Amino acid sequence: MLAISKDLYDKIVAHARADHPDEACGLIAGPVGSDRPQRFIPMTNAARSPTFYEFDSTEQFHVWTEMDDHDEEPVVIYHSHTATEAYPSRTDVSYASEPGAHYVLVSTRDPEHSEFRSYRITDGQVTEEPVTVVE
Amino acid sequence: MAIEVRIPTILRTYTDGAKQVEGSGATLAELLVDLEQRHGGLRERLVDDGGLRRFVNVYLNDEDVRFLAGLDTPVKDGDTVTVLPAVAGGAI
Repeated sequence: MLAISKDLYDKIVAHARADHPDEACGLIAGPVGSDRPQRFIPMTNAARSPTFYEFDSTEQFHVWTEMDDHDEEPVVIYHSHTATEAYPSRTDVSYASEPGAHYVLVSTRDPEHSEFRSYRITDGQVTEEPVTVVE
Repeated sequence: MAIEVRIPTILRTYTDGAKQVEGSGATLAELLVDLEQRHGGLRERLVDDGGLRRFVNVYLNDEDVRFLAGLDTPVKDGDTVTVLPAVAGGAI
């Protein structure tokens, strides 16, 4: 299960809406082993594409170094799908490289309603999990 | 002195769980060959016939080696090489 604060949930959705129709991406860092998403880090989609995302590699290096210095890890890795459902594509599964992270997908295909779902992706297996929004 | 190499979680199966290992060589390519002797299988996860794999980022100190000379990037004692899997995906 992913437990996430209302504030962080809203920030992910707002980022996805702001970058629509391109895919938005980023992460939420939290203390190592805590499973608590705390620090919102929107990332540049180096691909700037409506069908693909990739963290900018230089930005990623700095963010990962900073997490290491603070004993943090990526608790949530998020991105948006802008014309399809919020379900991991084959591409998402093949590049998933953080077995400990919650992979959040937001779909912005409907302008009125944002679909927000979370998954574990381990060894090519996708498992959807419930999302609980806490105050 | 040696070259320090930082290994991401997903590749620590090749380093007995170690977060960082040490190696030597004059270029990144040589360093990876040296590491392979003690950490069999690691090199193949980082390079293929065409060079560095597309979705693996390798940094010399704080610079992505793609902006340097790729596998031919010179390395020396005291340098830090960091490996990070790219974070990527998409709708299709």
